[in-house]
Amino acid sequence: MMTGRLSPSPAFAALDRAAAERILILDGAMGTQIQQLGLAEDDYTGHGSGHACRHHSDHPQQGNNDLLVLTQPDSVEEIHFRYAMAGADIVETNTFSATTIAQADYGMQAAVYDLNVEGARIVRRALDRATAQDGRPRFVAGAIGPTNRTASISPDVNNPGYRAVTFDDLRVAYLQQAQGLIQGGADILLIETIFDTLNAKAAIFACIQAMEAHGQRLPLMISGTITDASGRTLSGQTPTAFWHSVRHARPWSVGLNCALGASAMRPHLAELSGVAETNICAYPNAGLPNAFGQYDEGPSDTAVQVAEFAREGLVNVVGGCCGTTPDHIRAIAEAVAQYSPRKVPEYA
Amino acid sequence: MLERHLRLSGLEPFTLTPDIPFVNIGERTNVTGSARFRKLITNRDYATALEVARDQVENGAQIIDINMDEGLIDSKAAMVEYLNLLAAEPDIARVPVMIDSSKWEVIEAGLQCVQGKPVVNSISMKEGEEQFRHQASLCLAYGAAVVVMAFDEQGQADTCARKIEICARAYRILTEEVGFPPEDIIFDPNIFAVATGIEEHNNYGVDFIEATRWIRRNLPHAHVSGGVSNLSFSFRGNEPVREAMHAVFLYHAIQAGMDMGIVNAGQLAVYDQIDADLREACEDVVLNRRPKAGGDATERLLDIAERFKGEGGQKAREKDLSWREWPVEKRLEHALVNGITEYIEADTEEARLQAERPLHVIEGPLMAGMNVVGDLFGAGKMFLPQVVKSARVMKQAVAVLLPYMEAEKAANGGSGERQAAGKILMATVKGDVHDIGKNIVGVVLACNNYEVIDLGVMVPAQKILEVAREQNVDVIGLSGLITPSLDEMVHVASEMEREGFQVPLLIGGATTSKIHTAVKIAPRYHKGAAVYVTDASRAVGVVSSLLSPSQQAGYVDAIRAEYLDVAERHERAEAAKQRLPLAAARANALKVDWSDYRATAPQFTGARTIDDWDLAEIARYIDWTPFFQTWELKGVYPRILEDEKQGEAARALFAEAQDMLARIIEGKWFNPRAVVGFWPANAVGDDIRLFTGEDRRETLATLHTLRQQVTKRGDRPNVALSDFVAPEGRPDYVGGFVVTAGPEESEIAARYERANDDYAAIMVKALADRIAEAMAEMLHERVRKELWGYASDETFSPQDLIGEPYKGIRPAPGYPAQPDHTEKLTLFRLLDAEAATGVTLTESMAMWPGSSVSGLYVGHPESYYFGVAKIEEDQARDYAARKGMDLADAERWLAPILNYTPRKKDEAA
Repeated sequence: MMTGRLSPSPAFAALDRAAAERILILDGAMGTQIQQLGLAEDDYTGHGSGHACRHHSDHPQQGNNDLLVLTQPDSVEEIHFRYAMAGADIVETNTFSATTIAQADYGMQAAVYDLNVEGARIVRRALDRATAQDGRPRFVAGAIGPTNRTASISPDVNNPGYRAVTFDDLRVAYLQQAQGLIQGGADILLIETIFDTLNAKAAIFACIQAMEAHGQRLPLMISGTITDASGRTLSGQTPTAFWHSVRHARPWSVGLNCALGASAMRPHLAELSGVAETNICAYPNAGLPNAFGQYDEGPSDTAVQVAEFAREGLVNVVGGCCGTTPDHIRAIAEAVAQYSPRKVPEYA
Repeated sequence: MLERHLRLSGLEPFTLTPDIPFVNIGERTNVTGSARFRKLITNRDYATALEVARDQVENGAQIIDINMDEGLIDSKAAMVEYLNLLAAEPDIARVPVMIDSSKWEVIEAGLQCVQGKPVVNSISMKEGEEQFRHQASLCLAYGAAVVVMAFDEQGQADTCARKIEICARAYRILTEEVGFPPEDIIFDPNIFAVATGIEEHNNYGVDFIEATRWIRRNLPHAHVSGGVSNLSFSFRGNEPVREAMHAVFLYHAIQAGMDMGIVNAGQLAVYDQIDADLREACEDVVLNRRPKAGGDATERLLDIAERFKGEGGQKAREKDLSWREWPVEKRLEHALVNGITEYIEADTEEARLQAERPLHVIEGPLMAGMNVVGDLFGAGKMFLPQVVKSARVMKQAVAVLLPYMEAEKAANGGSGERQAAGKILMATVKGDVHDIGKNIVGVVLACNNYEVIDLGVMVPAQKILEVAREQNVDVIGLSGLITPSLDEMVHVASEMEREGFQVPLLIGGATTSKIHTAVKIAPRYHKGAAVYVTDASRAVGVVSSLLSPSQQAGYVDAIRAEYLDVAERHERAEAAKQRLPLAAARANALKVDWSDYRATAPQFTGARTIDDWDLAEIARYIDWTPFFQTWELKGVYPRILEDEKQGEAARALFAEAQDMLARIIEGKWFNPRAVVGFWPANAVGDDIRLFTGEDRRETLATLHTLRQQVTKRGDRPNVALSDFVAPEGRPDYVGGFVVTAGPEESEIAARYERANDDYAAIMVKALADRIAEAMAEMLHERVRKELWGYASDETFSPQDLIGEPYKGIRPAPGYPAQPDHTEKLTLFRLLDAEAATGVTLTESMAMWPGSSVSGLYVGHPESYYFGVAKIEEDQARDYAARKGMDLADAERWLAPILNYTPRKKDEAA
């Protein structure tokens, strides 16, 4: 429980060096890319195409995107590769829901460790291929999602004291995920789309434990989600309150992703940037979804708004969330290239 | 550049910056510090216990200390439960918490419940360094700041030297070994009781203050806190002296650098305002200033203490009562605007004694206050529940004055009537029992100085006209909820025309609409104006325009013109809608593939009474959103509680609703009843035939259904409910139910009305409605999982059910999927519902008591709710024939959905 005394992993220094030079680029949405593959149930389970999954479940698997790292590894790797070639320095694993809690909906709890190990390995392979082409170093970020349960909100409004999941349930699930990601070669652990800070605190606790078990301190990225115009997380915190709640993790970066398009995210990002003594990372959606749940914002539209973050000196890392594509990432990378990274404030 | 400050958070951040000289930590949610809180927790009265926290936050506590260390309770469970409940109260959870326990397992359980950054109170080296390191690293991993007690293996530090030694050691371990941020360390160097009569204790105050000074100078960024009440322990019972001692101590300790403390803020004297002798005596004790003089400081303070004993130390400060000092007119206004009934009788009496006549109190300060309420409401700064509370205050004030006005009237033979802005008659029409909306409108109008004559529910047209004439009213307002009431309103309008009325007729209620008023009611009432009123907030504006001599004519003309336009546009739009002949609609019926369908047989056929209702359980199924709609707060629960504009009003309303709900449950105010039945059934054309037995030979009854006739786009079907039931030759079932919260509601509401508490009267009715709806939801779940059992593995939470994620529907006769209310007769007969539940049907097919719900159960997974919408004459004829009803009769019941004007027959009925 004393990560302060753990030595930093080798990737830590490399990441710091890169971030000192320029604004780093994170990849874009996985879901949209997977949707374009038009996969059916048999493809998800690997019975139609790809690799049959050795983990069995009675539930239908269509929509279980994380499972594709086992059943359609080549397609997943190709998506990662396209993001890397579009300019991403940091590419996320396809493991957003790879916890026993989130996989329970698909009856795939037993596959969770494999999903994370393989999820990280696939990104590593894709990035190594990209680096072989252009020589740029790239980093694997192990993606840790919020799960589908909240530790500080009761799902039953008539019983506000009730909790569908406890801190410890989450901690155990996240520990397994973090260990899998580290085992598979993740350089970074990225706790993202945080709508309930208590879930994130359990993930932080688990990451600290996983790093201790591993014997090295990995860079930790933490990304909250401001859900709407209220300017608060779903669990009700303001951006600054959120930062105070996760600051003990001494994250390599803190920031915001999802729910909002870039311009709606700006004021909240500016608030965080003003209070956090660490790197700031922002990966907004491609605008807001239309009536059909699709995102209309084109690459250049998103890039113009994200470039505004960079121009104002608010960010160290930028990327895209829902609705963004390799073209968006390419446009963002080009648009921010001319700006210097935000200067991380230090203590007096 | 950033400064190293203690940064905590609840929902909102808290940063201890140098411009905050002292953080006062609320201690009333501490079972060891508050007897009241201990009692609440021991009695598991968590609702009130939350109010204690809310009070503290409202009174400015920046952090609240929560302590459950009490031998008789499970401290760990209580800590978890309280923190979880607190998380659901945004106005409390906005501040950080201090998790206070002497037991580590309680602290750790607490740390797992808070999303913000809390403070742990406390850890120490009592059990040695290793334990200390372990607990400190866990605090760090959980993301908490810590209070470190000056306590080590040898015991609690008493002298300044020991305090310094322990704090320095702890600081080194924390910052150098554990990696704890120094700004997150808060030392508690122990405040002990002074003036105990034991000489060694005399310097305790000085020891604390000096240790504080050293810590703040030598341990960078660390903070100092302490529990101040210990200091004056020997003066228990003498609050003025205790308060003075605390004030004096804090004055000096804060100067030395103490920047946090657990202090009862309300029980703290202001240093400058302490009696000079008392202050000096306190300082002698706290600062141990007279040891050389033979140590008489304690004796001197004891002497002085006698003088102050019993002085009102416990200043009332729960609420800001400074308004009680204001002149009586302003007090009345304040009470009206804030809905405070507590002092209204005394204040009204005081105003009466000052006034020349009792009437002047009403026409003067009370109306002035209500005008402020009206203005604030009009400006959207007050919301309906608050206005209804204001009205309650007004009524109670008027009740004080009434006897005097009566006496005055008797004395001078008559005159003494107050001048109201207008006289308004209100009624829920014949056949209808729903009156919440009407009551709210009445209250709002009364608030605005209109005299309201409320005739109640199920009022026949003749009665309305009779009273209107007798009382010479200025306006008549009609209300109704069910569709047959629309026709009854048309009837009242025709009668007003016939009898030569000219006063405005207001139309309101759930099924009424501008279109219906424009198309069906206004054309029947030429002599006066028929005006649709959207909701209570509009009522005052409409009535004042209608009664204003200068605005009246223009306003009425504008409404007439608008209604003509609405009616014409409606006609054009309807004419443009292509409707199919019935035969074509039938050909486009929903085609369910029955080949694989095997209907689950219910556990029983026939009817069964359900009487094992638990009100507390029902409450869990309440959908609160419509409750807020009743009070004209529009938004989705629970979000509405956080709404920027209405949130405050919504939260207050919700808290009071919860309070009344708790009393309803506790006192078993309602006696909920229900009946449910299932029958072998098959679709026969557009009807559903029910059979006496599984052999399906003998028909028990026929449920008639109506089919959509509007032209559908693409391959969308023209549905009737019968489409969801299997045709003959394939076993299927249909169910039905009636639930009621019970008849008690109206008696309870009447009791409140008699006590001039319309607010509570409306509240109890609104809750009874919600309870009936919740029962319907709960019973439907039980039907799916158990009684019919076609979805026995369903696992939705009560709140999930609001979104109707389950299979099957429970369409109610009189609602869009089957708009014919008379189908209730068949349903009630099948269930023998009146005998089983006490629910009866009025002549308009409204259910009495009003808080009742009925419906059919259709179980097919593809079934869904739809609206039949308008039908043509061919279907009306066919339906009447199938039902064995007169065409005219059928047309009367189906009037709201007829797409044609029936041949006139019963104009005057």
